[in-house]
Amino acid sequence: MMEKMLRTFYNGIIPENPTLRLVIGMCPVLAVTTAVVNSVWMGLAVIFVLTASNTLISLLRKFIPDKIRIPCFIVVIATFTTIADLVLAAVQPDVHKILGVFVPLIVVNCIILGRAEAFASKNPVHLALADGVGMGIGFTLAIMVLASIREILGSGSWFGIRLMPAGFEPATVMILPPGAFISLGFLLGTMNLVTARLAVRTSRSKQKSSSCAAHAGLEG
Amino acid sequence: MEEKKAVPGFDKLVVASSPHIRAVETVDRLMWQVIIALMPAAVVSVYFFGLRALVLMLVGIASAVLTEALVEKALKKEITIADGSAALTGLLLAFNVPANAPWWMVAVGAAFAIAVVKQTFGGLGANFVNPALAARAFMLAAWPQHMTGKFPVPLDSITAATPLAILKGTATGTLPSYLDLFIGNVGGVLGETSALALLVGGAYLIWQKVIDWRTPAGFIGTVAVLTWIFGGKGGLFTGDPLHHVLAGGLILGAFFMATDYVTSPITPKGRLIFGIGCGFITVLIRLWGGYPEGVSYSILLMNLVVPFLDRWTLPRVYGVTRARA
Repeated sequence: MMEKMLRTFYNGIIPENPTLRLVIGMCPVLAVTTAVVNSVWMGLAVIFVLTASNTLISLLRKFIPDKIRIPCFIVVIATFTTIADLVLAAVQPDVHKILGVFVPLIVVNCIILGRAEAFASKNPVHLALADGVGMGIGFTLAIMVLASIREILGSGSWFGIRLMPAGFEPATVMILPPGAFISLGFLLGTMNLVTARLAVRTSRSKQKSSSCAAHAGLEG
Repeated sequence: MEEKKAVPGFDKLVVASSPHIRAVETVDRLMWQVIIALMPAAVVSVYFFGLRALVLMLVGIASAVLTEALVEKALKKEITIADGSAALTGLLLAFNVPANAPWWMVAVGAAFAIAVVKQTFGGLGANFVNPALAARAFMLAAWPQHMTGKFPVPLDSITAATPLAILKGTATGTLPSYLDLFIGNVGGVLGETSALALLVGGAYLIWQKVIDWRTPAGFIGTVAVLTWIFGGKGGLFTGDPLHHVLAGGLILGAFFMATDYVTSPITPKGRLIFGIGCGFITVLIRLWGGYPEGVSYSILLMNLVVPFLDRWTLPRVYGVTRARA
């Protein structure tokens, strides 16, 4: 059971990373990644909503009638999103103001509804929980990387700390919408390259081990 | 099997597949022709803005060529820096910055043009917008402090507002005379100021049949007509079309950027429509938009509709009647 949970957890971080592999829920990815601090808080909110809604929907999966499952999912997700929104407004009012409408918009985020529909409503609670945490962390890592690229190039800082030498003139375009698309494109390309290389390597090692086994079988 | 009698010299006869008659036009020749046509403007620019202009042009060319070589090496593609297209992009990009622009901005802009706009879409022939203009838009959004405002004045170390900004009313100053505008004795980016030098280069390209006259004619004609009708403060038909045509980057854009082979239509009718569309958007931006100049954005926007223009203006195949709906 533990192994299956770990595999489900890892699945959301690299093989099926919601942002960089599934490319769903792109609205906050493009909008809030102007600074790393914003992306961290956005990520935390998504991890909370995703984990809680996945767990609850998995618990309720036998009671929810199939025909009205989407409205039921939305009610669950909206509840947790409201909690996240209000908590963020109380704890970090400044960040809440910057994130603005994107925290309430978690309700309609494809990642959360997608995981509810594709995973939580079909799997037992412990796996749904692992999937929620994994997908949430995968999303957070992806937007943190994107926000790091944009903040370093567009503001010359990281987490608000000045990184670049004094002579560096930040390229404002990177914290404007075009910068989001340009850096996201390169990030997706890099991710595709890495996954393709990994796939080649695993298929090669599999071939090698299977051919070794075949040889061993012959000799034995 | 009976042995064939050998025909003397038969084994030396090589028949390649068609085409058997080749034109002299190659990518290399066309690109170098355009670079030659830009030389008058480059010389005038160096004369008016000093050695600084030459440095920026060389930085742009060097950065573009180097980026092209590096990216193609990294992607394990054939290195095509000798065809001159990267050098042309670098030169055109340098033509788009004011003389007081920092050299590193030109270097980054040229690298962006080649690496992001051209090579990520597949290299020469596959980029969907003009690399030099897209990089100009990138620099304008990235470092507006270096790309807008007051530009250096020729033969002087002071800066002043550009003629178009004065014409638009966003800056104060006296409008330069037509003669100054024509020979290029006005403030502006490196390559745009001298209408005379650009017209010489453009005429050379049309004479050499490198570019089609339809695109620049449609572009400049539309700007002239529309600014004459709507450009005046005292009502319709009181505008100053000559000023609008000579000032700003219109002539540079119309002859050297809107005619880029990759990003302009291939049909004659399409080229005319392309030029008119560019002129229309330029006037919209110049008269009612937020920027004093709209040539670069108009060409970028029209680049995007080129595939539709090509399909729309497809010539009728001889002997085939159009199906009636």
